[in-house]
Amino acid sequence: MTGQSPLIEIRNLTRTYHIGRTALHALNNVSLTIHQGEYVAVVGTSGSGKSTLLNILGLLDRPTEGTYRIRQQDAVDLTDRQRTTLRNREIGFVFQEFNLLARATAQRQAELPLFYAGISPKESRRRALEALTQVGLADRANHRPEELSGGQRQRVAIARALVNRPSLLLADEPTGAIDTQTGEEVMTLFEQRHLEGLTLLIVTHDREIASRARRIITLRDGAVISDERRSAPAVAPSSKHLE
Amino acid sequence: MRLLRYFSLAVENIAVRKLRSILTMLGVIIGVASVLTTLGIGRGASADIMQDIASEGLTLLIVESGTYSDQTWTSGQPLTMADVAALSDRSLHPDISQAVPLHRQYINLVAGNNSRFSEVLGATSAYAVMHRLELAQGRFLTEDEIAQRTKSVVIGTDVAQNLFAGADAVGQSLRIQREPYTVVGVLTKRGWGRIGNVDGSAIIPLPVAQERLRPPYTAHRHRGDYTVSAIHVNAVSIDRIDAAARQVEQTLRLRRALTADEPNDFSIDNQAWLLETANSVTATLTAFLAGIGAISLLVGGIGIMNIMLVSVTERTREIGLRKAVGAHNRDILLQFLAEALMLTLVGGLIGIAISYGLAEVVASFSTPDFPLVVLIESGSLAAAVSVSAACGLLFGLYPAIRATRLDPIEALRHE
Repeated sequence: MTGQSPLIEIRNLTRTYHIGRTALHALNNVSLTIHQGEYVAVVGTSGSGKSTLLNILGLLDRPTEGTYRIRQQDAVDLTDRQRTTLRNREIGFVFQEFNLLARATAQRQAELPLFYAGISPKESRRRALEALTQVGLADRANHRPEELSGGQRQRVAIARALVNRPSLLLADEPTGAIDTQTGEEVMTLFEQRHLEGLTLLIVTHDREIASRARRIITLRDGAVISDERRSAPAVAPSSKHLE
Repeated sequence: MRLLRYFSLAVENIAVRKLRSILTMLGVIIGVASVLTTLGIGRGASADIMQDIASEGLTLLIVESGTYSDQTWTSGQPLTMADVAALSDRSLHPDISQAVPLHRQYINLVAGNNSRFSEVLGATSAYAVMHRLELAQGRFLTEDEIAQRTKSVVIGTDVAQNLFAGADAVGQSLRIQREPYTVVGVLTKRGWGRIGNVDGSAIIPLPVAQERLRPPYTAHRHRGDYTVSAIHVNAVSIDRIDAAARQVEQTLRLRRALTADEPNDFSIDNQAWLLETANSVTATLTAFLAGIGAISLLVGGIGIMNIMLVSVTERTREIGLRKAVGAHNRDILLQFLAEALMLTLVGGLIGIAISYGLAEVVASFSTPDFPLVVLIESGSLAAAVSVSAACGLLFGLYPAIRATRLDPIEALRHE
C-alpha cells in the first residue's frame, strides 16, 4: 500500500460537545490514515467515540479541530452542498437499523442515491437492479421492507450503499440487529466487495466481527489506544454463494 | 425535467398514505367546493337578475312630463301624441328604433260583486311587442280593436284572480267607469319589473282610454291633441342609449320652445341605474362570499401545514437517511413543497369536481318563483386552482424548511 496516496487522512482530529458548561471530548486528537482497499474495523465500548468518528468520516459531522482529507481533498472547509455531493459520490452508509424508507420497494430504496446524483430514471432502475442482484435480491426488487426478513433488509441497505459505486463503505454495527447466521452472510457480502477493491470501515463492538478485518482500530474515551494490522484476515472471506 | 421527479416522488408518498392524504386534503376540498358553489350561486343569481333586466330591455327610455329632483316634483307641459309622432321620425332620431305612447290611469275595475283598484293602461299593440308581454290565456288587443275603439281589455293575473276568482276570464265582462269591457286575454304572471306590476294592470286600446275615460284631474287634451302619460322610447342598442336620450331631449326642448337657460320640464329615465345597482349588489355579494371562501381555504391551508409538520416529524429518519445518501437541502425542500403542492392541487381539483355535483343538487331545488342557478365561471375555477396551489406553497414552506434544517445525525438517531 505504500506509494499509493491515502484515501482518508485525518490529523489531530478533535470533536467537542458542549453540554452546559461541560466540554465533552468525543474525539480527542485522533490521527488516522486509511488507504484505498483497506478493510478496517473500529472497535470500542459505548461512548468511546466510534460513532462520532464514523459521522465525521462520512461527512455528516464536522470536527471541532484538526484536518480531514478524503482523496487528498480537504473535507472540513467544504460547503454543506459540496460535502453532500462528495458523500453521495464517495461514501456508502450501512446502518444497524437499516434505515430503509418505510413504504418503498427494494428497487426504490436502491435507486435513492442515484436520484440525488441526478441519474436518469431508466439508468437508475438498471443500476439499482444490478446492485440488488449483487446482494442476491433481484427477485425481491418489488418487495417492501415489511415483506422482507432482517437479513434481506440489511442486504437492501447494502445494495443502496453500493449502487453509486462509492470508494468508501461505512458500516455502523451492520450485524447488530440481525442473527449470527444472517450476520455472517452480510459480512460475506462486504468482503466480496472488498476483494473487488472497496474500502471497508466497519464500526462494531463485536470482537468476532472485528477479527475478520485486516486492521483493527480500538478507541477509548475518544482516543486511539491501539491500531493493529494483520497480514492476513483471521477468517478467509467465505467463497460460498449466498442462497 | 428534474423538477417533475419531485412531483412523481410526491405522488408516490401521497399514494402510500391514502387515508391521511385524503383527510389532509379535506380542508382544501371543502374550502374550494364551498367557495365555488357559493360563488356560483351568487354569480347565478346575478346573471339571473341581469337576464331579467336585459329581457326587459336595457335600451328602454321612459319619457314623462315633469321633473323630479331634490325630492321636489316640478310639473311640465304634458306629452302628446304629436310628440310621439315627432319622435317616431327615424331620419331625425337615428338612434331611436321605436317610440310608443302610453296612457295610464288608476281606476276601480268591477266584475259582478268583485272590484279592484287597478292601473288601467291605454296602449297599442306596439307596447305589447316592446315589453314582450305574453298571454296565459286568450290574446292581446288586435290592431283592428285599437283602430275601431273596441272596448276590449287584457288583464293581469292578479286582476283576473280578484275579479273572476280563478274562473276562465276570457269572454267575461268587466266595468271600467261603468262601461262594460270584454276580457280578451290574461297576461302571463310576470311580477314587478321595470314597467311596474303588469299582473295588477288592465290594458285597453289607447284611443279608448284617451277618448272614453274620464280624466281624474288633468285634461286628456292639450292644444287639441291627446296627451299621453309616458312615451316608451327604444334605443337601437345599449351603447346608443345615451345618444337616443340626447335626440329625445333635443326634439322635446325644440317642440316646447325651451330657451337655453330653461331646464327640461320632462324627464328621460333609463335602466342604467338598475344595472348599476345589480352590479354593486353582486360585487358586494361576491366580495362577501370570496371572504368566506378565503377563510375556509385558510383553515384548509393551516390543516395542510399541521399535517405536513407532523409528517416531517414522523419522517425525521427518512429525511436523515435521504441527506446521508446525498440529498441536498434543496432536494428535501422541494420534496416537501411538492408534496404540499400536490395535496392542495389534488384537493382543489376534487373540490372543483364536488362543486359541480353540488351545483346540480342546488339547481334541483330551483323553482320558477325562486330560481337557483349555479354559474361556475372559468375565472372562478382558475382562481380556485391557483389559490389552492398558492396555499400549498405558502403552508408547505414552513414544514419544508423545518425538514431541511434537520441534522442528519440527529435525524438518523430519531426514534
